[in-house]
Amino acid sequence: MSNLLTVTVNGVAVEVASQATVAVAVVLAGQACRTSVSGQPRGPVCGMGICFECRVIIDGKPHCRSCQILCEPGMEVRTDG
Amino acid sequence: MGRGSRQRFDVLVIGGGPAGVTAAARAAECDVRVAIVDDNLSLGGQIWRRATDGSMPDSVRWTERLRAAKVTELCGLRVFHQPQVGILLAEGVDDIHELRYDKLIMATGARERFLPFPGWTLPNVMGAGGLQAMVKSGLPVHGKRVVVAGTGPLLLAVAAYLREHGAELLRICDQASRSSLARFGVALLRQPGKMVQGLRLKKALAGVPFATNSWPVAAQGEQVLESVTISREGTSETIACDYLACGFHLVPATELPSLLGCEIENGYVRVDDFQRTTLPEVFCAGEPTGIGGIELALVEGQIAGLAAGGRADEARSLFGERKKRRAFAQALDRAFQLRTELQRLASPETIVCRCEDVPYSRLSQCSSWRAAKLQTRCGMGPCQGRVCGPATQFLFNWNPDSVRPPIFPVRLESFAVTAGVSEPVYQEVTGGHG
Amino acid sequence: MSDATYDIAIVGAGIVGAACADEFARRGLRVVVVDRDTVGSGATAAGMGHIVVMDDSEAQFALTRYSQHLWQELRRELPDDVEYDQCGTIWVASDEEEMTEVRRKHDHYRERGVATQALDAATLRNFEPNLRPGMAGGLLVPEDGVLYPPCAARFLLERAQQHGVQVRLGCSVAHLGQGRIALNGGPEIRAEFIVNAAGTGSPGLTSGLEIKKRKGHLVITDRYPGFLRHQLVELGYLKSAHSVSSDSVAFNVQPRRTGQVLIGSSRQYGAEHKGVDHAMLVWMLRRAQEYMPGLRAMSTVRSWTGFRAATPDKLPLIGPWSADKSLFLATGHEGLGITTSLGTARILVDQVTGAKPEIPIEPYLPSRVSREHAHV
Repeated sequence: MSNLLTVTVNGVAVEVASQATVAVAVVLAGQACRTSVSGQPRGPVCGMGICFECRVIIDGKPHCRSCQILCEPGMEVRTDG
Repeated sequence: MGRGSRQRFDVLVIGGGPAGVTAAARAAECDVRVAIVDDNLSLGGQIWRRATDGSMPDSVRWTERLRAAKVTELCGLRVFHQPQVGILLAEGVDDIHELRYDKLIMATGARERFLPFPGWTLPNVMGAGGLQAMVKSGLPVHGKRVVVAGTGPLLLAVAAYLREHGAELLRICDQASRSSLARFGVALLRQPGKMVQGLRLKKALAGVPFATNSWPVAAQGEQVLESVTISREGTSETIACDYLACGFHLVPATELPSLLGCEIENGYVRVDDFQRTTLPEVFCAGEPTGIGGIELALVEGQIAGLAAGGRADEARSLFGERKKRRAFAQALDRAFQLRTELQRLASPETIVCRCEDVPYSRLSQCSSWRAAKLQTRCGMGPCQGRVCGPATQFLFNWNPDSVRPPIFPVRLESFAVTAGVSEPVYQEVTGGHG
Repeated sequence: MSDATYDIAIVGAGIVGAACADEFARRGLRVVVVDRDTVGSGATAAGMGHIVVMDDSEAQFALTRYSQHLWQELRRELPDDVEYDQCGTIWVASDEEEMTEVRRKHDHYRERGVATQALDAATLRNFEPNLRPGMAGGLLVPEDGVLYPPCAARFLLERAQQHGVQVRLGCSVAHLGQGRIALNGGPEIRAEFIVNAAGTGSPGLTSGLEIKKRKGHLVITDRYPGFLRHQLVELGYLKSAHSVSSDSVAFNVQPRRTGQVLIGSSRQYGAEHKGVDHAMLVWMLRRAQEYMPGLRAMSTVRSWTGFRAATPDKLPLIGPWSADKSLFLATGHEGLGITTSLGTARILVDQVTGAKPEIPIEPYLPSRVSREHAHV
């Protein structure tokens, strides 16, 4: 039985399994990770840190590749959309 | 230097997938100091990602051997630059590491090839390996409707995995023809162990509609994927779904070998019988030398590790097995050739470079990768052509040009590390600058 | 009489060659442009794309000022992807000594009709909050700007093509002279006049040209909109650019319209290799970090190098080459190619067509160099 933890995505609390990545939290929250340069919503594609579509702002730090970052309790995730 | 480390190893292995793990284990068993570096949070690469459920006994076995041989594991580090021959710089979350080596083994693996079609940029359109990676990283797919499309052996493996995790598999579509896949099936049977794998997959996917000569032509949805239109032998069908797992086989990750100046031939790193590149003391094993799957990676990794560790005879004893596994690699290549119809999927407005939102229409006016890069910024975004490079190569027959540091985006302060530079040393790069 | 196919054949489709083609075309001449690669693939691709007034010498000032006016006239016609942005330059003074230089420059520009504003420490901080605290002040030159050079070169060349200019890309020149250009593996081109606008490639085509490659490094970050508003240059930049022999770096950053920050600058002589020189890169980035500590944590996406075409007296060569009646030069622009491309084109075309140039051209004449040689 895995533990659960809570992060916030754009201010909304999301519960995820421990060892889940931030990208998973964003997808579970029903949010797009980022808005592209021409305004399109984007989400994770490659799942391995090379497509850069999963970039979010974590605790104020922009351009974080969320598919390679584990959720930690209390993390504040923001998408720029 | 700030927070970080300066470490020296006899053998440094870059990449923690099957090739890297076997290389590191074998090298360390030669009684030399070995480290393995990977940018993920634990070893395994893609195919062995979080392989704790017993489904990948090779992963468990080799990881145990690696640990028994006291290999230093450096996870969560991204190699981005070689400031001087014999030194690599790797960035962590908030630190930077200068890694010196006598011998280097690059096992940087492969990534999926993505091809553009209308709607491919919608959220929840992911790679096949991409969706699998997300599920392995905690994404629940129970009850979710999934279409798997594209081409390559990964499709079936991913489909089976997703089904095991509760997804509703609506369709699997491979653009390969029935006869290509049949021939591939025959080649599979020649490989030890593969028949069992094949039968297991068949059982796991019983009842799931599987179509050959079939590919996605468009994805639809407002803010997120809602449906995908699949073409099959002239007809098309629109299927409502939650996820589209779509990837067109694999391309080798050759950025680090290119940066170092290794010779790249037809897109793959050129190596000799001992997996040695054209640079002395630098080896390469696994997918970057030719897409060949896990068994080939395992034997190439071992050969490289033994050669780097000074046990050439033991390495030589594995040449026979490698030859057998290479036959499979060739069969893979033949079976999953991309058909030309896929070149015409993109409409003029379809985004091809996702980082810079460059549409097909702008790129089709450019005469080369370099011209496209300069005029439209295609390939100049954070992915540095990892997604749009293989796509434009297929669409326009362009050849990508030289690789520049950093090969992954890093903090400026990481780039500005002195790294024991005594005199400037250049890496030979081909192609123009800019 | 001449049986030349063209009136003018220009070697080099960088910003200078493109500007010349455009200018010749506007005056109704038949032109062909030849380049071994794609449009703007040399220094034009690599450089920072700034449009600045520089006062290292009166001649440099005259040409940059003239050209800047021409860019301002042109701006309304520039398409979006040229990303012309009159963001202005702030020359940053880190101490009182540099503030003295700020005041001198302020007066110097004022006398010459260039709009400037001296900024005290508080105002500077207001304009650019991400500069490290403790700066003494700066000089704002609001008419300076930046653009994206490869698209600017393409725009000029396309405009020239609309007037009938022929462009042959991917064609390398084996040798040129006496109204003939021999292409490698291609037909000969004949023109009444040839313009060597090949940047660092020009000495390879015209022997005796004293042009050296001056290597520079650049780094670009991911998107951080609002981090930087103006182009920032340290006053030491002039010392760096002025030096004829030693390696140097100078703080110089630019906001791109994408929100990316472009970071320069470095200068090296005798470095022939295109690879990134880590020691220079570190030096340059550390200097940038000193001025803007916020850069430290920013994601850097790419680095590259480029070669400026540098002359011994730091002024370009624009005019006839005495050893060959058919040959004109438009090269040697060092770090001011983008800025002075339009002015170069005007005074070059004036010389070829016998029109009266709008600024004195003597300082840029190639014959100034030959004259010096005669003395030796």
